Amino acid sequence: MSYAFAHLGRIAVLAAAHVEVVAAALAVAMAIAVPLGIYAARRPHLAGWVLGILGALYTIPSLALLAVLVQLFGLGFAPIFVALVAYAQFMLARNVVAGINGVDPAQVDAARGLGMSARQILTRVEFPQALPVVIGGVRIAAIAAIAIATLGGYVGGSGLGVLIFNGLTLHQPEMIVAGSLAASALAVTVDGLLRIVERQVRT
Amino acid sequence: MSGASIQFDGATVRYPGAGHAAVENVSFEAAPGELVVLLGPSGCGKSTLLRTVNRLVELQGGSVAVDGHDVAGVDAVELRRSIGYAIQAVGLFAHMSVAENIAVVPSLLGWPPQEIAARVDELLATVGLDPARYRSRRPRALSGGEAQRVGVARAIAARPRALLMDEPFGAVDALVRSTLQRELVRIVRELRTTTLFVTHDFDEALKLADRIVVMRAGSVEQVATPDELLARPATAYVRELVHAGDAVYRSYYVHVRETLR
Repeated sequence: MSYAFAHLGRIAVLAAAHVEVVAAALAVAMAIAVPLGIYAARRPHLAGWVLGILGALYTIPSLALLAVLVQLFGLGFAPIFVALVAYAQFMLARNVVAGINGVDPAQVDAARGLGMSARQILTRVEFPQALPVVIGGVRIAAIAAIAIATLGGYVGGSGLGVLIFNGLTLHQPEMIVAGSLAASALAVTVDGLLRIVERQVRT
Repeated sequence: MSGASIQFDGATVRYPGAGHAAVENVSFEAAPGELVVLLGPSGCGKSTLLRTVNRLVELQGGSVAVDGHDVAGVDAVELRRSIGYAIQAVGLFAHMSVAENIAVVPSLLGWPPQEIAARVDELLATVGLDPARYRSRRPRALSGGEAQRVGVARAIAARPRALLMDEPFGAVDALVRSTLQRELVRIVRELRTTTLFVTHDFDEALKLADRIVVMRAGSVEQVATPDELLARPATAYVRELVHAGDAVYRSYYVHVRETLR
């Protein structure tokens, strides 16, 4: 513990970098998964294919994927960022599809019958009701991303993984523990916050 | 304000792959302010026919005209906003309050907020719900009967000149159903909105209808007032449906209808 207390500033900087890569990756992943999920939700056959492919992508071991990405993008921020975007796709898109398809068909029929346009049905009825499920997906994706982002330390990125991998190289168990505990604390905090948001948007 | 006329002329709907037409060559006219019940067993095409009026289902043959304007030539979204719509499953929007649900069509039409708020309270009173108590409730905090009252209020919110109702009281218990039926007759009379009402329940049809359209396998068997239907059933199918010749049954319905009006 003495390491952690002596290096609080450094841990904070690395935690901030950790949050940064996770948040950036999730933002980009959402920008892809939301339209993709909405498009796929209306086409059950396509949804099966899309989720199947994303699911397969999700099963690739993260170190193996990173090794490939380092070949493509070099060391640093890029490989871990791309890996996080790719992994998050599955959980995000799956929950968008599930959320949209879970909307009561009677409400969609009523919305059409009352004269909402296709766009209004999506923005005023389907998406608001899918939102808790979508946020549930964000929460799961965020926790996974926080864990996977520790590998950034291995491929030249920043984040709490730097402590873990430096600790391993330098035979400093306290550094490893400090990095692991900080990453875990971050995951628990984000999980808790997103659970609150999820409850807030539930009807 | 008076209701619109709704005119079916050879209306035909075929679903791809289906053996026979869902709706075959249906012609009749609902006069302004009339309450016409489409009656028949499930699968007879009565809901499909109803849904051609606001173009939730498109015709493959013939036409439907509201106030003499063929609906095929009107923008579907605008058409739907001008026609009330209520369904058995109600379909209240779960993430909106009762007031927001009722306000949906007036909002889509761009009514000023004060006017909408006043209209919502007026409608809640019309359907027998205390505005102060119900306005901000969520749909899940309503009983089945209350939800359907809100569904009716939402359907008539923008004072449509035509109203489409698809088994709206099919899922509420018998006691609530007869109250709602009585209130619907009163509301529709007051608004003079032309109403098409789908049901498989002969009892309900006799209570509500100015005229009944009896349907079977996509076609019309008979269009008649309830009294005519009881007195002069046109086909063997209708005869069986109305228990023709059963004098007790007939006098019971004459009595029921008198108490409703």
